[in-house]
Amino acid sequence: MLLVIVIALIYLTPSISKTIPAWWPSILPEEKIHLGLDLRGGMHLVLEVQAQKAVESHLERTVEDIKQALRKAKIRYQELKRTGPDRIGLTLLRTEDRKQTEEVVEKNFSGLAVESGAFGPRDLTVELVLSEQAQQHIKKMAVDQAVETITNRIDQFGVAEPDIRPQGRDRILVQLPGIKDPKRAIDIIGKTALLEFKLVDEENSLEEALRGNIPPGDQILYQITGEPGSQRKIPFLLKRRAVLTGEYLTDARVQIETQYNEPYVSLSFDSRGARLFEQITGANIKKRLAIVLDGVVNSAPVIQDRIAGGRAQITGRFSMEDARDLAIVLRAGALPAPVKIIEERTVGPSLGRDSIERGLKSMIVGGLIVILFMLLYYKFAGLLADVALFLNIILIAAALAMFGATLTLPGIAGIILIIGMAIDANVLIFERIREELRLGKTPRAAIDGGYGKALVTILDANITTLIAALVLFQFGTGPVKGFAVTLSIGIIASLFTAIFVTRLIFDYLIIERGMKRISI
Amino acid sequence: MEFIKPDINIDFIGRRRIALSVSVGLILLTLVLLLVRGGPNYGVDFSGGILIQVRFNQPTTPDAIREALRSIALEDSAIQEFGEKGKGEYLIRVSQTDIELTDLSQQVEKSLDKAFGGNNVEVRRVEMVGPKIGEDLREKALFAIFYALLFMVIYISGRFEYKWTMSIIMAACLALGVYVISAIGMSIIWLIAVAALITIGLCWFLRLEYALGAIIALFHDVVITIGAFALTNREVTLPVVAALLTIVGYSLNDTIVVFDRIRENYRRYRRRDFAEVINQSINQTLSRTLLTSATTLIVVVALFVLGGGVIHDFAFALLVGIVVGTYSSIFIASPVLLIWGDQPGKGGFGSVKGHGKGR
Repeated sequence: MLLVIVIALIYLTPSISKTIPAWWPSILPEEKIHLGLDLRGGMHLVLEVQAQKAVESHLERTVEDIKQALRKAKIRYQELKRTGPDRIGLTLLRTEDRKQTEEVVEKNFSGLAVESGAFGPRDLTVELVLSEQAQQHIKKMAVDQAVETITNRIDQFGVAEPDIRPQGRDRILVQLPGIKDPKRAIDIIGKTALLEFKLVDEENSLEEALRGNIPPGDQILYQITGEPGSQRKIPFLLKRRAVLTGEYLTDARVQIETQYNEPYVSLSFDSRGARLFEQITGANIKKRLAIVLDGVVNSAPVIQDRIAGGRAQITGRFSMEDARDLAIVLRAGALPAPVKIIEERTVGPSLGRDSIERGLKSMIVGGLIVILFMLLYYKFAGLLADVALFLNIILIAAALAMFGATLTLPGIAGIILIIGMAIDANVLIFERIREELRLGKTPRAAIDGGYGKALVTILDANITTLIAALVLFQFGTGPVKGFAVTLSIGIIASLFTAIFVTRLIFDYLIIERGMKRISI
Repeated sequence: MEFIKPDINIDFIGRRRIALSVSVGLILLTLVLLLVRGGPNYGVDFSGGILIQVRFNQPTTPDAIREALRSIALEDSAIQEFGEKGKGEYLIRVSQTDIELTDLSQQVEKSLDKAFGGNNVEVRRVEMVGPKIGEDLREKALFAIFYALLFMVIYISGRFEYKWTMSIIMAACLALGVYVISAIGMSIIWLIAVAALITIGLCWFLRLEYALGAIIALFHDVVITIGAFALTNREVTLPVVAALLTIVGYSLNDTIVVFDRIRENYRRYRRRDFAEVINQSINQTLSRTLLTSATTLIVVVALFVLGGGVIHDFAFALLVGIVVGTYSSIFIASPVLLIWGDQPGKGGFGSVKGHGKGR
């Protein structure tokens, strides 16, 4: 018994004392009790990766690749574009090209199957369908990559002990303890940060396009200017194909523009990106190149000259923080697919502190009343029960530290509840002992009988609560899980303390000290 | 010290009809309340939506807050003072689930900052649950309730009647029944209702009177606690479901102590009237039952009064559940044993044959 208590105290020390001797961690455990987000303050997010979007953008890219492959194979076609969430439509010019097309696709694009059900002299369209397996693979990759990207972003943002992991098929769980600025964290996590450079279509009329006649291969995107509330949207007619993307970025940093003292983000490309950038700028002098971030035009400067060296900059009316956050997300890379926040729970640090304070207060008040009550009602035996109760709480806390379990607000409530319920075992035993004494038995026989008869009942009664606690542990999330943990540990610890510890003391007093009367 | 004299002999069984009508009345009241309101008042966890706890440094009114939310078209939100009066804490609830939730909490924060000044508003807690997550959580909670009941039914019928085979048959029937229902595609609420009916029906059919008593008491407690929530207009959240399950465990705990005594006394006093044995057992355990409930109630009241707003409803559920659970183990669970009259031996628990098995 002593051994158990000593081990418990050793495990508890790191959680209680502020200064731990230097030699402590080398031989003894240093795990502290983890506080849940509801006590510590922090943010819990569940994101849903819109993985279907990753499949679609994969198909968009494939369309470009197929164009090249067809050009190489000298097959001409009338139309080639994505026609559905999982398919590309290819309309050929000649029926006899069909066989060769199929060969080209099958050789170069392993995930695509050619479906040409209605193909004939009248309908020259074949459908290239992405297999279910390939889709699943892309989706899984998208989630994995999103987890990695978000982890990178959070690391650069600077949060201690973040917890980011995939959950289920397309969800990501993000837990950020002690975060001070949840708004910015959400911005940084949730931004897709897809950076694209697109040429402005100068040959076709924007007005015509706005009327609904968008030329094939083009799209309309907007630039948003002005203060919130009085924003203006400026339309641009752009080539759909991005000539360069954020993929080639090696770095993004905040710089201060000297003239107006405004921050901007400077971008550096890797060698391949730099070469591409040089080619594009060289070939399109006097034309405009739009910088597009997440589908919104940031700016569309006119290319004055060929730009070598692979540098570009994103300007705008940024605050210092905005510029810093943008640099972080660009550096960490784009998310492979947009994410949506489907659950958010934020607890401010002050509320967490309040909760700890109130939890402890109700624990102390409730505990003291129970302790006093037991002393009054059972006198000396009550004292024993109180000792057992005290030990019980120490054991629960030690077990929490030992297993690295998390203490939450419902978890504290669980400990408080256990204080009330742990007494039950002793009440059962003591009532039995009183009954036996009334029958005229000696103290020793009464204690034997009391413990013996009450034991089965105690076990039965506690097993039912334990079943409830275990089921809760299985199905519960976050705070509720914390409740299940303290409740189950508490029940097991209470069996030990209420039955063995009190029995040992009784036995010691009666056998060793020859006690003749029990004060109960 | 003693509150309950050892020779106490209250005629609990004789008053079972009064107790029964009180309980039936309470349960009916709950059902009517739930029917009128269209189900329990689900919190954000289950219904989806946003809950924001804000603290203002200056006195304000719900109307002023509502006015501040008008700019983002959320003036229909439910706003109520939270925790102690006059501390300036408010809860803002947005229950529409069809709106885009992703940055809604930020928008609310911004518009409050604008209206009251950034330094006067502190957002202390945000809980935003999308409809999909809400559905998931609802399902999880109901499955938790279902499995807890299932395991406990197996445990009680096995443990009390020493009929482990019977309890396994029962579990198999239950699992089969539930499988059939979920195959038909009924909602989980029906699933639990049907599972409950199957359980009670099977207990009846197999004459597992102890299990039947315990299970009826258990449903009794949970239903009345939910009724208390409906009556006081409290919200059923995840922690409340945890509290309900704890009540289930606790209610059984009380019932088991009484049942253990009944069984012990029945073996000792074969000749006596069964009703008398039950009554004697209840009286013998009365002191313990009340004491334990008292100590548990003390700590739960402490939690209810001092624990703060976040844990208030959780403590309330425990409070009601413990009171009702204590009452039901005395007045409901034991009288159920008398349903078949005072001859429990007929293939039931008291027969000598039954005992050795399964141990």
